[in-house]
Amino acid sequence: MDWVGLILVPFIKGIVILLILLTGTAYLTLFERKLIARFQVRLGPNRAGPYGILQPLADAVKLFLKEEVIPGHVNKPVYLLAPMLAMIPALALFAVVPLGPDIELFGRRIPLHMGDINVGLLYIMAIASVGTYGVMLAGWASNNNYSLLGAMRTSAQMISYELPMGVFIASLLLITGTMSVVQIVENPRPLWAWIWLWLGFPFYFITVLAETNRAPFDLPETENELIAGYQTEYGGFKFAIFYISEYLHMLTSSAVVATLFFGGWRGPFAEQFPLLGIVYLALKTVFVLFLFVWVRASVPRVRYDQLMSFGWKYLLPLSLVYLAITAVLVVMLG
Amino acid sequence: MGLKDLYQGGRAITQALGVTLKHLFQPPVTVESPDREPIMVYPRFRGRHYLRRYENGLERCIGCQLCEAACPTGAIYVEAEENDPENPVSPGERYAKVYEINLLRCVFCGDCELACPVEAIVLGHSYTLANYERRDFVLTKEDLLNPPEPNVIVRPEE
Repeated sequence: MDWVGLILVPFIKGIVILLILLTGTAYLTLFERKLIARFQVRLGPNRAGPYGILQPLADAVKLFLKEEVIPGHVNKPVYLLAPMLAMIPALALFAVVPLGPDIELFGRRIPLHMGDINVGLLYIMAIASVGTYGVMLAGWASNNNYSLLGAMRTSAQMISYELPMGVFIASLLLITGTMSVVQIVENPRPLWAWIWLWLGFPFYFITVLAETNRAPFDLPETENELIAGYQTEYGGFKFAIFYISEYLHMLTSSAVVATLFFGGWRGPFAEQFPLLGIVYLALKTVFVLFLFVWVRASVPRVRYDQLMSFGWKYLLPLSLVYLAITAVLVVMLG
Repeated sequence: MGLKDLYQGGRAITQALGVTLKHLFQPPVTVESPDREPIMVYPRFRGRHYLRRYENGLERCIGCQLCEAACPTGAIYVEAEENDPENPVSPGERYAKVYEINLLRCVFCGDCELACPVEAIVLGHSYTLANYERRDFVLTKEDLLNPPEPNVIVRPEE
């Protein structure tokens, strides 16, 4: 049995990816704060280290040193389980994202992804939905009106927007003909497919915004009406976990979007130099993250009824029309 | 109906994105005062007080205590004493032996400035008045006679 290939390599790969993801998440908060400041013609954090590059570290130390408080009225096991349930899916989502073509290391062929699942797209959908449980259980376990309302909104929002998201992914599936994310990146796509996918991209991106609870769909934590929604009863490290998982979710979703819609690690010379593929993927991910922040800086939060009516009355029919046209296009051009 | 709404909403959001993108490329308006950049103040800006001297080095304050009387919050405390004719501190008969201003009480109204007959007490441009200790907020005569150089740009009045 190939112990090295089965256990050691995935283990090391997993640790490296975890470290990259968590560091990336920390710096994503700085990226967002800096960028949103520039959108508002401000400077943003610039006191902790040059250009504020130590700000995430300062934030982390502050949150870790806080007292761990468990309020008396909460459902304790569920209350403690919820942050983990929010974080783990956000991390697990990244497993199917290919970082680059296979590399040769110590005479061994190592694929630059955690797992090439033949139902990768379904895996992404499924794992992204599990993240909802963290939020819902947090709201439920907190035994607090605001938390519960936030959690209720989350579940409604996720269910409404997962549907069009699934349909858009089905359209993608029609074009690529495979569910494996690695295959989706590696199979060449005809030009009409790229153009057609980019036409649908804004709508898919809206569902991603809703899925990650980002502005303008950050209703679960509307601070002006729900204090902080499901996070209200959480403090210190447990709050940090929620905070990290939100940004982690954003990061992994961006990577998935970059992989599905912008060709993942593909780029000039990426085949010859596998590490260049990682750079391309990072650049594309940062571009999608820029879109996230750009939307947050531009659009006010939607009302709850607007959220629902947009999801069910516009986005779902649109996605179905998109699916139908994709099917026709695939038959005619493909 | 529905398609029209969708079009209008999409247009509005695109416009909003355009506005923010335009602002992204503008230089920030933030003034990193007071430690990195000076702030712009008008000449009549009322900041921290200071006591003036004549050109020959004599203190202007004659210890009349009119500022103390004029102060609406009682932030000023003056103790006057007779001048020694051989070695005068001020040109008048008396001078201020103790002159204290409690900045925690002061409302920077400028009434002391107006009340002073010899233009001794003046509100300057220094505005960085934060401190760690309560007692440090009480300006003594030493502090008032040797004011810190304010990090400001005085802009012309329109």
